[in-house]
Amino acid sequence: MKFRDLSDLAFRNLREAVLRNSLTTLGVAVGVASLVAMLSLGVGLQQLASSRLAKSGLFDSIFVTPRTSLRRPGAGPPATRTPDAKARPLDADARAEISLLPNVIEVYPQIRFFTEVRYDGKPFATMVAGLPESSKASGAFDGMQGSFFSSPNADEAILQAELAKELNPQPSALIGKDLILRYAERQSLPAQPGDSAENSGGFSVIPKDKHLRIIGVVETEPASGFGGFPSGRLLIPLPLAETLRAAQVNDLRDILRDSSSDKPTYSSLTVRVQSPSLVEATEAKLKDLGFSAFSLLDASKSLRIFFSVFDLLLGIFGSLALAVATLGIINTLVMAILERRREIGVLKALGAADRDVKELFFVEAGVMGLFGGVLGTLLGWLIGRSLTLGTNLYLHRQNLPGVDISSVPWWLVLFGIGFAVLVSLAAGLYPASRAARLDPVQALRYE
Amino acid sequence: MTELSPAIRLRSVSRHYVMGESVIHAVNEVSLVVPTGEFLALLGSSGSGKSTLLNLIAGLDRPSSGSVIAEGQDLSKMSSLELARYRRQTVGMVFQSFNLLPRMTLEENVELPLRLAEVDRSERAARVREALERVGLERRIGHRPSELSGGEQQRTAIARALVNRPKILLADEPTGNLDSATGESILALLREIQKNPGMTIIMVTHERALAERFADRLAVMGDGKLLSNGAPR
Repeated sequence: MKFRDLSDLAFRNLREAVLRNSLTTLGVAVGVASLVAMLSLGVGLQQLASSRLAKSGLFDSIFVTPRTSLRRPGAGPPATRTPDAKARPLDADARAEISLLPNVIEVYPQIRFFTEVRYDGKPFATMVAGLPESSKASGAFDGMQGSFFSSPNADEAILQAELAKELNPQPSALIGKDLILRYAERQSLPAQPGDSAENSGGFSVIPKDKHLRIIGVVETEPASGFGGFPSGRLLIPLPLAETLRAAQVNDLRDILRDSSSDKPTYSSLTVRVQSPSLVEATEAKLKDLGFSAFSLLDASKSLRIFFSVFDLLLGIFGSLALAVATLGIINTLVMAILERRREIGVLKALGAADRDVKELFFVEAGVMGLFGGVLGTLLGWLIGRSLTLGTNLYLHRQNLPGVDISSVPWWLVLFGIGFAVLVSLAAGLYPASRAARLDPVQALRYE
Repeated sequence: MTELSPAIRLRSVSRHYVMGESVIHAVNEVSLVVPTGEFLALLGSSGSGKSTLLNLIAGLDRPSSGSVIAEGQDLSKMSSLELARYRRQTVGMVFQSFNLLPRMTLEENVELPLRLAEVDRSERAARVREALERVGLERRIGHRPSELSGGEQQRTAIARALVNRPKILLADEPTGNLDSATGESILALLREIQKNPGMTIIMVTHERALAERFADRLAVMGDGKLLSNGAPR
């Protein structure tokens, strides 16, 4: 029989016992829905974790320091402690050079200094950190109170929550208030007569005040504590921090070394590249340029392995309902054989081959699978959306930003439908061959 | 005349069923020749084996021994796929209980063998109409079997049996569920169909009077054996 005639007859048969076949199809749909919902959660959580990691800037960043950096406690004797011909200062020239490297999207210095702020006439000692504009996208500010800096040079400050609590037990009341940042400005001194070229320059330190408006309170500084830096508790825009020219820890060291130029030097630069996979190559280039470079390993690889296992487990649990639905299809088709015994006999008497009868039952199973698959994928998507909705409702009550925990990409839609059809065909295997084997003489005698 | 090219030739055909420890000889060593174009009536009481013999000729069942040769083909040597093709193309069957599919219209019922034979869709409507015209039901084409009388249902079944233009028409008690007047009209129709050159009809019945009026020859069965072969009238 031609496929069109076969499917024609199959649809007609399915319509005949519409309630039973609809219930069976619904069973398949529920099975597929549970599978799709589970996998959509797996995919969604993976995407969420990946994007969070990418946004955090931890895995696409390289931390560059001068070769002759100070020995950190427990760090072991650096190989570069002996004078190195290639060692060079991390100054504005170096920054410009690094920013021209391929795949580098951003180079910014770490500006951190320990100082004092005055609020309400009372002094508070704290660590100030300059934040690049790009950190706005890191996700750390998603649930902040207040807002991010209005412009890269705004005289504004974001407080870390603990500092905010010290200033005022009600941190939200701080927003819009002013505070005074007291810091030591570094001013270069002209070379003194009799100084050698090596010992030229130097600087004096002048106390300064800067009025800043508090515009936000955030839980933690993005990527804080990374690279051995103490985390900042008072965050200001990086360009503003640079213009302050506040004296930093490395200034003293630089003046003793090679500070013949008036250009600012940096204790470290953060280099961001386009993707985590480019970190390794760029890191090697930075080392060639004569700097120390450091990065975290690409965590996305191990993340993918973790989520593969996670998806597999979710898939197994999701498939359980589909396995039950498979039994439903077998049951429905076996019942159909009993009911349609006579009809099968007539078909055979009219010249239907065993194969025709088998294919007819196969197509019926496939059609139930197809409808169940489409309905189930839709249902699974809806379950995923409801879970996201429920989660976001909960997060909203906890004053946390909303997230998308489920995702149904195209491949999952195709997989859901395809898997349903495949499983249904497998379920139809036994009933179809049983129907095909039916003896027409017996079937026609049967009343 | 037709001994050289019979439509059907049965040679010592037996069909045994094993029921527990006993063997039932439904058809026992039957030899019979049906010439092309003959209308043969197969008579016998119930359980005489006449329906079993008809099923063997229809290719719905296989003999335990002996051979069934129809239109030159030995059915006992055919694969199940070849038997299906034989049922599609060479024979048409009519049953006592009509066996129309109740949810299909007359048109769809009669079209069913054309679907199985993979006849082109463009040809089907004309073939169905032609078959229904032949049995006088072309005006009921869109009706369902339940909307028809018994006689009309049997006519539909005959149209369905003829739509693939078979050479042999097999009828198993075609008048069994009909009143005598309707039964007569059905037999008259079969007789009419038989006028087609080369159409052979074998009808199983237990109504001797009707058979004598319409059939060319009567063969009588009892206890699985052929009791009388009759003679061409």
